[in-house]
Amino acid sequence: MTVNKGEFAVCCENITKTYPPDIQALKNINLKISPHQIFGIIGPDGAGKTTLFRILTTLILADEGKATVLGYDVVNEYQEIRKYVGYMPGRFSLYQDLTVEENLKFFASVFGTTVEENYDLIKNIYRQIEPFKNRRAGQLSGGMKQKLALSCALIHKPKLLILDEPTTGVDPVSRREFWEMLQNLKNEGITILVSTAYMDEAGLCDTIALILNGEFLKIDTPKNIVQQFEPEIFSVQSNQRSKLLTDLRRLPEVSSCYAFGDSIHVTVENKKISEEELQNFLLKNGHEQIEIAKIEPTVEDCFMELSKQQEENN
Amino acid sequence: MEFFNNLRDALQERQISMKQFMSFVRKEFYHIFRDKTTMAILLILPILMLVLFGYSISTEVKNSKIAILDSSNDVATRAIIEKFRNSEYFSVKKMVNNPSEIQDLFKKDRLNMVLVFGDNFYENLAHTGNAQVQLIVDGSDPNSAKTIVTYATSIIGAYQLELSKIDKIPFQINPQIKLLYNPQMKGAYNFVPGVMGMILMLICAMMTSISIAREKELGTMEVLLVSPMKPIYIILSKTIPYFVLSLVNLATILLLSVFLLKVPIAGSLFWLIAFSLVYIFVNLSLGLLISSIVDSQLVALLISGMVLMLPVIMLSGMMFPVENMPVFFQWISQIIPAKWYIIGVKKIMIKGLGLSSIIPEMSVLLGMGIVLVIASLKNFKYRLE
Repeated sequence: MTVNKGEFAVCCENITKTYPPDIQALKNINLKISPHQIFGIIGPDGAGKTTLFRILTTLILADEGKATVLGYDVVNEYQEIRKYVGYMPGRFSLYQDLTVEENLKFFASVFGTTVEENYDLIKNIYRQIEPFKNRRAGQLSGGMKQKLALSCALIHKPKLLILDEPTTGVDPVSRREFWEMLQNLKNEGITILVSTAYMDEAGLCDTIALILNGEFLKIDTPKNIVQQFEPEIFSVQSNQRSKLLTDLRRLPEVSSCYAFGDSIHVTVENKKISEEELQNFLLKNGHEQIEIAKIEPTVEDCFMELSKQQEENN
Repeated sequence: MEFFNNLRDALQERQISMKQFMSFVRKEFYHIFRDKTTMAILLILPILMLVLFGYSISTEVKNSKIAILDSSNDVATRAIIEKFRNSEYFSVKKMVNNPSEIQDLFKKDRLNMVLVFGDNFYENLAHTGNAQVQLIVDGSDPNSAKTIVTYATSIIGAYQLELSKIDKIPFQINPQIKLLYNPQMKGAYNFVPGVMGMILMLICAMMTSISIAREKELGTMEVLLVSPMKPIYIILSKTIPYFVLSLVNLATILLLSVFLLKVPIAGSLFWLIAFSLVYIFVNLSLGLLISSIVDSQLVALLISGMVLMLPVIMLSGMMFPVENMPVFFQWISQIIPAKWYIIGVKKIMIKGLGLSSIIPEMSVLLGMGIVLVIASLKNFKYRLE
């Protein structure tokens, strides 16, 4: 039996979804995901990530467009998709009053398998929470809950793993561990579709799709997205942080600037202004301890620039 | 050969489905057993309700406080007063001498009734065959007032009957009040079937719908739907634990009513249980229907609480006789399963009638069950929206 009928793990054509009264969650989405990779959908809350995942997991129907998952149509062949997809919704969706072990066993039997049968796949993840296997799931820490949820989503050895914001509300150490686990799963041959609002996680994906207001801004590898970013970016710091932002925004040569950690990222198109000119301008405006450095753009910089373009287009 | 292979595959699939189903049922039981408060409520509720309705809220009125104004003080009045003193329904608190005291007595001593004998009671009775006795009753609680009057007139009537036998003179004939099946108007006879109807509905309809709504609310339904398990199994497995629980409650209620409230099971226990199973079936399907419409536990609770419980209490004939309701409400009461169930239980349990007498109730409930099951299956969503 060939499970992977299609060439792509996920294929969307002109997917549109509107919630009443007229909130357009997804506008004409086109997406093709090749198997055996980590594909990240990156965007802020309300961008349409969850809606897209729910359509792909056959939980809701799109208003328009066609979508296939693992070669199966999401409308007519939803039962097939449900056999081969592992899904982890955004909210913690395990039974809080059941123990770790009971949760795992339950989900194993729901998928018609046993914990023993696929233990190899979850071994590395489950081992970390096994000491607490008799603890109620509700009493686990955020990171451990996440590991348990991932174990449960993996227990039937899915071909495609769909994770909706798995690292939201999880501490940085657990987040890093989590991404390492995903990397291992990819090496096991599982295609992973993951969404996140954290831009810094984008670099951990093989391919990313930047999404905003129900539209994809760009789909490419993180590397290409950063390389294709043409404007120069300066990281600027001074002793008057709030004034710095307003002053820089006054400059017509600066196409955009926004706070990024302790510093301010200034985007300059077509080299309209150099580092020295920028320094002189700030000195004139009474800033001291000015530090300006030309930096490599991050995915977040690209996202900001692309979202500005989207705004201008509309 | 191919046929056998197909057969083997089908059997294997069925085996897996059965395993899935059983693990689901087990999980449901974990939920119930671990939620100690809810389980305690579910198990204690029937006991509490029976005791409450059986004793404190019963329409049976015992030890009504009465006072007596006896202007005649002759053989007849003394005999009647003696009967009142011996009755467990009355306790004679005071003998009154002056009619003007009566008003104050009601206010001060919280009397339920004052018995007033006119002058020359026995003489009148012996000569004209007619004598007057006045019953002044506190009417602020019409139900108990009615009951008290019934008790009092039956005591007086009993005396008249004795008198007639001795003297062979036709004395004034009182309207004879005959209470079929429940000569003492024992409240428990009315309430046991009512409580059964209510508890079974509560457990089956309310708990089933809430537990499905909880899965939707917690987001676990999302995970369950994205699994090979047939959605219909997810829903059906929800009903099994509550079915078991309602059987436990049914047993509790019957044991309590027989041994504590002394309400015997006059008819066939088998048909009583069979009839109850049909009623449970109706309510489980009602619970499924509710859960297919609502998404949150609160709404499920409100619907089953307001839309189901209230009519059951008010319109099922448990509290108020259906015959006394406005026609409109009588019509509504026709579609309340509990009404039919209560009528049927009364027939089997209290009146001791056989299966043939509950055929109408049985068929109505079966019909309702089938309609509800079809409706809830048609309404069932195998997606989130």
